[in-house]
Amino acid sequence: MRYLDRSGFAGLLRSLSDAGYEVIGPTVRDGAIVLEPIEGAEDLPVGVSEEQAPGRYRLGSRDDERVFAWAHGPESAKRFLFPPRELLTTIRRNGGVHSEPPPEEPRPFAFVGLRSCDLHAIAVQDRVFMDLDHAYRRRRERSVFIGVNCEVPGGTCFCVSMDTGPRCTVGFDLALTELDDGFLVEEGTPRGAGLLVAVETREATAPEVDEVERIADRARAAMGRVLDTSDLPNLLYRNRSHPRWKDVAQRCLACGNCTNACPTCFCHDVVDGVSLSGDEATRTREWATCFSAEYSWAAGEVVRPTHAGRYRQWLTHKFASWIDQFGTSGCVGCGRCITWCPVGIDVTEEIAAIRFRDGELEVAVP
Amino acid sequence: MSVTETLDARATQPEGGPMRIALIQRIVPETPESSTYWMGWRDGQGEGYLFEPGQFNMLYLFGIGEVAISISSDPNHPERLGHTIRHVGRVTNAFRDLKPGDEVGVRGPFGRPWPLHEAEGHDLVVVAGGVGVCPVRPAIEWAMRRRDRFHRLILLLGARTPELLPYQDQLDEWMSLMERLGVELHLTVDEASPGWLYGEGVVTTLFPKAHLEPDRTTAFMCGPEIMMRFAGTGLRELGVPAERIWLSTERHMECGIGLCGHCQLGPYFVCKDGPVFRYDEIAPLMEVSEL
Repeated sequence: MRYLDRSGFAGLLRSLSDAGYEVIGPTVRDGAIVLEPIEGAEDLPVGVSEEQAPGRYRLGSRDDERVFAWAHGPESAKRFLFPPRELLTTIRRNGGVHSEPPPEEPRPFAFVGLRSCDLHAIAVQDRVFMDLDHAYRRRRERSVFIGVNCEVPGGTCFCVSMDTGPRCTVGFDLALTELDDGFLVEEGTPRGAGLLVAVETREATAPEVDEVERIADRARAAMGRVLDTSDLPNLLYRNRSHPRWKDVAQRCLACGNCTNACPTCFCHDVVDGVSLSGDEATRTREWATCFSAEYSWAAGEVVRPTHAGRYRQWLTHKFASWIDQFGTSGCVGCGRCITWCPVGIDVTEEIAAIRFRDGELEVAVP
Repeated sequence: MSVTETLDARATQPEGGPMRIALIQRIVPETPESSTYWMGWRDGQGEGYLFEPGQFNMLYLFGIGEVAISISSDPNHPERLGHTIRHVGRVTNAFRDLKPGDEVGVRGPFGRPWPLHEAEGHDLVVVAGGVGVCPVRPAIEWAMRRRDRFHRLILLLGARTPELLPYQDQLDEWMSLMERLGVELHLTVDEASPGWLYGEGVVTTLFPKAHLEPDRTTAFMCGPEIMMRFAGTGLRELGVPAERIWLSTERHMECGIGLCGHCQLGPYFVCKDGPVFRYDEIAPLMEVSEL
């Protein structure tokens, strides 16, 4: 493990830019910490704190210079690796010469400050897209990932329950632990080690190395939420008629905020368009949500007309059928769906309620 | 203006493979709400294209969109594709405006086919309702060509009314071909009309008439979910093992390769894990509303 002081860290970000990467990092905009292209360390949220609760997100300030002492904003790497809108193909008619305009390949991304939950989320989406989607694979493989070990989890976080954090264990080239005066740096890949060559580091001392695990322990102890995952797929499969689905449906607005904020939700529509001249048609991929009626439209009917059916589809997919489909849970415990739900629906609470009355059936009320 | 004119042959689809261009040759109205669109490939576009009974294609109309449609033609002739389309949505309604010579983009074939080889040596019993006969028709054609590989071939076709039974104009032709090949065909409608010469009642009323022999029956079902639930239960009650009953399901699909998420049915992506499923894989899911 290496030690990097704050000016060295700023130098690391500069060297990424100089090497041709688009550096994507956390910055404050519109009252939230968002992920955006950043110019350098000065764009990071210095001394910013975060408060997260069901349906609630507020920024505050700290009396130190820490830049990563918060959990995560609404966005994850999903917005960059699996963009909300992406042109798939252009089709011309009338036999005109058609050559795909050579897509100018954008600069590769260097993600800075992703938490363990979000690194796990990328691994989850990899299982969906890597083999089937060339563009995703290209973006993914060209990107560099600099993770941060979480010290201050949010009030809706439950990565410990999902075994996806708080300490970075997968998917990083470098993993940082923030100290008062600088950072401890763990090398995850040879590429990560290569990035460090550009800046001055020193070997971390034994007490510093110990501090990494102590910080992780503090984060574990501060998790805002807990989810009992024992027998979870079967619990949901055997409770498809549980009264809680109707209960949550009375609160759920079916707005789709949870699926937008979720770092793993991958469902999408392919939307057709035609140019004004009518000579060119486009097919564009757009994020979809299983909370909309049209999502389940089939053969002239909506398969899931009720909010109860849609909420059950989302939650059961995320925590149960995802495992059948991809060999991993679709949830990484980031808690964004709880924080960004406008009515504060809490998945951990909904699952606990089903578990509490396991096997209860919906009784028709006359 | 036609909805399709000449599509560029090199247009490709990064999601779910290349798009081939086919030309509409003939449009045959089948029922008041459906027609069969017969098409052939534009020059060179059909190279290497083969499909198995039960698979589907994604059909694209210029600027309007794509829709998943089962192939309803003979798999021995992949150069002449038939798709029977029920006009119920945005894209399928746009098909009403097509005329011979118009172009259609085709991606495919996709999906798990009917397990015809597993049915060999058995009585193959096909139970279909309404336009549900379309996805199973290639299996019928396949089996009729290899008649000696099966014991009995039994087709049990039902519809709500006689006019909702597709392929009416081919029924006589089919009847005589079937008689020659020793295929047993039974027809029924829920509500008969004057001139209807066949049975009246739901499709399960044909089971006793056909004298099914459960020990050596392999059944393929396709039709409305409610029909398949009753037919499946009926077959099980007769003693046909669940693992010898197969059915074709329908869900909304946009990609055909398990990427867009729309066609999920419990743990399955209907586009790649189906559309043909074994009864015991899917019967419990069919009992759950809004799955």
